[in-house]
Amino acid sequence: MQNNEPKHPMEQYLRMDRMPHIWCSSCGLGSVVTAFMKGMKRAGIDLNKVVVVSGIGCTGRVAGYVKLDSYHTTHGRAIPFATGLKMANRDLTVAVISGDGDLFAIGGNHLIHAARRNLDLNVICVNNFIYGMTGGQNAPTTPLEAYSSTAPYGNYEHPFNLVGLAAAAGASYVARWTALHLQRIQDSVEVMANKKGFCFMEIVSPCSTVFARKNKGGTGLDLLQEYKQRAIIDHSANPTEIPLDMDGEMVCGVFVNEEKLTFWENVQKGISRKVKRHPLYVEDKKTQY
Amino acid sequence: MKYWEKPFGKEKPKVVDGEIYIIPDRCKGCSFCIEFCPNGVLELSTDFNKKGYHPPIVVDRDKCTYDGLCENICPDSAIFIIRKEDKVETE
Repeated sequence: MQNNEPKHPMEQYLRMDRMPHIWCSSCGLGSVVTAFMKGMKRAGIDLNKVVVVSGIGCTGRVAGYVKLDSYHTTHGRAIPFATGLKMANRDLTVAVISGDGDLFAIGGNHLIHAARRNLDLNVICVNNFIYGMTGGQNAPTTPLEAYSSTAPYGNYEHPFNLVGLAAAAGASYVARWTALHLQRIQDSVEVMANKKGFCFMEIVSPCSTVFARKNKGGTGLDLLQEYKQRAIIDHSANPTEIPLDMDGEMVCGVFVNEEKLTFWENVQKGISRKVKRHPLYVEDKKTQY
Repeated sequence: MKYWEKPFGKEKPKVVDGEIYIIPDRCKGCSFCIEFCPNGVLELSTDFNKKGYHPPIVVDRDKCTYDGLCENICPDSAIFIIRKEDKVETE
């Protein structure tokens, strides 16, 4: 490319020295990263104060590619790491971008309790129904009767309903989109960045290499075409009643959007009665009651 | 045909002019931009890039509305559009 030609607008947000990325052709993760960075830009937040935390897996590579402060943590421990970051420096906007295997299998308890405490985190879970990086084993989100490396006769376990779990655990903002709803993902990222409390977004993304191959789904493009046919938007749906199947509707939308006291505010509220009289107490002007 | 009044008192709809840029060597040939472009502006070329994929080419530039869907959906940041400041009015 010649110097006088214009550059791609994402080049200022990605670590171009690490490109091309390792994601397979027709994987939806690249589009998700583009939508995330554009949403963050639209949110009007100082990008020097945005931190991305990822766990292990295909989606865990996001932390390595975005040109932000980013941390690639151990498997399943993205949310505890992000909790420490947020509690140590509450000016930061902490986003956790990780996969379904990382956030809901090994890190399931962390996510539930982070949602229960209403920590001020933005969690984006990219759900591709399978463990893509390690060879296609069964994930907790693999739909019933779907094939995987460890389910050669079809999966016989009921999958997690991620939005239902997050909503039931007490998240302040719960949304589900597919990797094709790019403007909607940008809108949700913009809302989540400016919202206090635990925000959760599930993005259903095609796994072109493993999930499509095991289930005779064609390429990632065919999977995305299928998601386009199956996706409907219903903001009023009850998130606990809309699991994802091999066929049938994929109900997308923003299911929960409410205001609650965050973990830090509850801590301040809880201890303020005891601590206010202490000589070392300094009033925190950020949390007004 | 001549209207006695502009519909609802609004101005004529404007079409944005711009330019489509394709970076062929970054493309991984997923065809997302070709399949999901609502106007059919792009098509798979017969050329190979240095990785062995077929990058898209612009076949009908006049149909492009510069909405940026191809730029948003491209997982490899291989295609982008730049809207020009001056706008062209439609008839």
